[in-house]
Amino acid sequence: MADRDTNAIRDMGSFYQRDRAWHPPAFTPQYKTSVLRSPQHALLSLEGTVSEMTGPRFGHGLLGPLDNDLIRNFAKDSEPIGQRIVVHGRVLDENARPVSGALLEFWQANAGGRYRHKKEAYLAPLDPNFGGCGRTVTDDDGRYWFRTIKPGAYPWPNGVNDWRPAHIHFSIFGHAFTQRLITQMYFEGDPMIWQCPIVSTIPDRAAVEQLIAALDRNNTLPMDALAYKFDIVLRGRRSTAFENRMEGN
Amino acid sequence: MVQKLDMLKETASQTAGPYVHIGLTPNWCGIGGVYPEDLGRVMVGPKAKGERIAVAGRVLDGSGTPLKDALIEIWQADAAGLHNSPLERRGVADPHFTGWGRQPTDGATGEFRFETIKPGRVPYKDGRLQAPHITFWIVARGINIGLHTRMYFADEEAANAECPVLARVEHKVRVPTLIAPRAEGGAGPVYTFDIRLQGEKETVFFDI
Repeated sequence: MADRDTNAIRDMGSFYQRDRAWHPPAFTPQYKTSVLRSPQHALLSLEGTVSEMTGPRFGHGLLGPLDNDLIRNFAKDSEPIGQRIVVHGRVLDENARPVSGALLEFWQANAGGRYRHKKEAYLAPLDPNFGGCGRTVTDDDGRYWFRTIKPGAYPWPNGVNDWRPAHIHFSIFGHAFTQRLITQMYFEGDPMIWQCPIVSTIPDRAAVEQLIAALDRNNTLPMDALAYKFDIVLRGRRSTAFENRMEGN
Repeated sequence: MVQKLDMLKETASQTAGPYVHIGLTPNWCGIGGVYPEDLGRVMVGPKAKGERIAVAGRVLDGSGTPLKDALIEIWQADAAGLHNSPLERRGVADPHFTGWGRQPTDGATGEFRFETIKPGRVPYKDGRLQAPHITFWIVARGINIGLHTRMYFADEEAANAECPVLARVEHKVRVPTLIAPRAEGGAGPVYTFDIRLQGEKETVFFDI
């Protein structure tokens, strides 16, 4: 109970200001679609109210047994083609505390770089056994994992010859709506990361490097799947307990 | 050299891209059988308290063209002004209302529609009441970091006039970008909220 009380108090503080210089700006002309979709006025700064400092919570009861296994959750008569991988890591806040109960949703192309979507026009074939979506909820230590196949790179209409590096899209719910985040995970050692107009919307190289999952030989599934480690950091909040309760903060 | 602050940097945002529906509304985009239903599709249970309303609109780019590949999430209080969240400290929200919705904009028309209830008032940090509002979060191809805004209700003139958040909009000519007009439809009241990403009537977006 003591820990729970500490958590309750800790959860009351306001969130740290988002570092907008670390995130991509709205207007990034090398990524052409952003030109007409980027607000031009300054954002109105608003210290969070209870409307943003609360948020929906999704329990483990939401999950089906195959939700974190993209190799099997859409498979029809066989398993999908491609390099089998595990992706795992922790969801932390800016205070380096684990975020438990965070809902993670992911989506990706198949091994050939093709998405299962009616607006997708790339000539690479669909894989009848691969849907491309999954989800999970972090445990008490903020840990998550899922199994999938490594997505392929693919060309996209921006420049006449632009290619996306292999990536997995992540959507993350923390505890407060103000922590809501969508990002993309890239793979260690991929030279295409540094040629991508979408990656390059992020101004700071260190912020890009934080999106690159490390090959993690110690967490492979032996004789099954390679492993990549990808930690995610959500916004942190002040501890209002600091004035009257020094321990545990 | 000085000591290090033991702080991590928030993971940087990347665009949701054109295929965000695969991950967030897979049943809607034809990937059936993975999840029983898309999260956030139904907000209101049969026993939910409050006035049933619909919120509909479009997300328009700088040329006035509706986005046909956007995804919108909303978050709001229940009819009594309480959030269905473990972080809600002021009371217990209506268990028959989730407060959270997720909808894509239509692939042909660009329209979105939420079936929800009209929220009650929620206090500002100093205790003054905010006007009833719905928090919006918009992602899409070409949006590098999700956009936060709010929808207010045109029939709440008195509350809107004293809302401490609306009062913070310096250029009063922009306040109407946050206020949705009400129409009485056959299926109940509909509030229309068009979100303009750019242009003369660019919606006010928040850094929260």
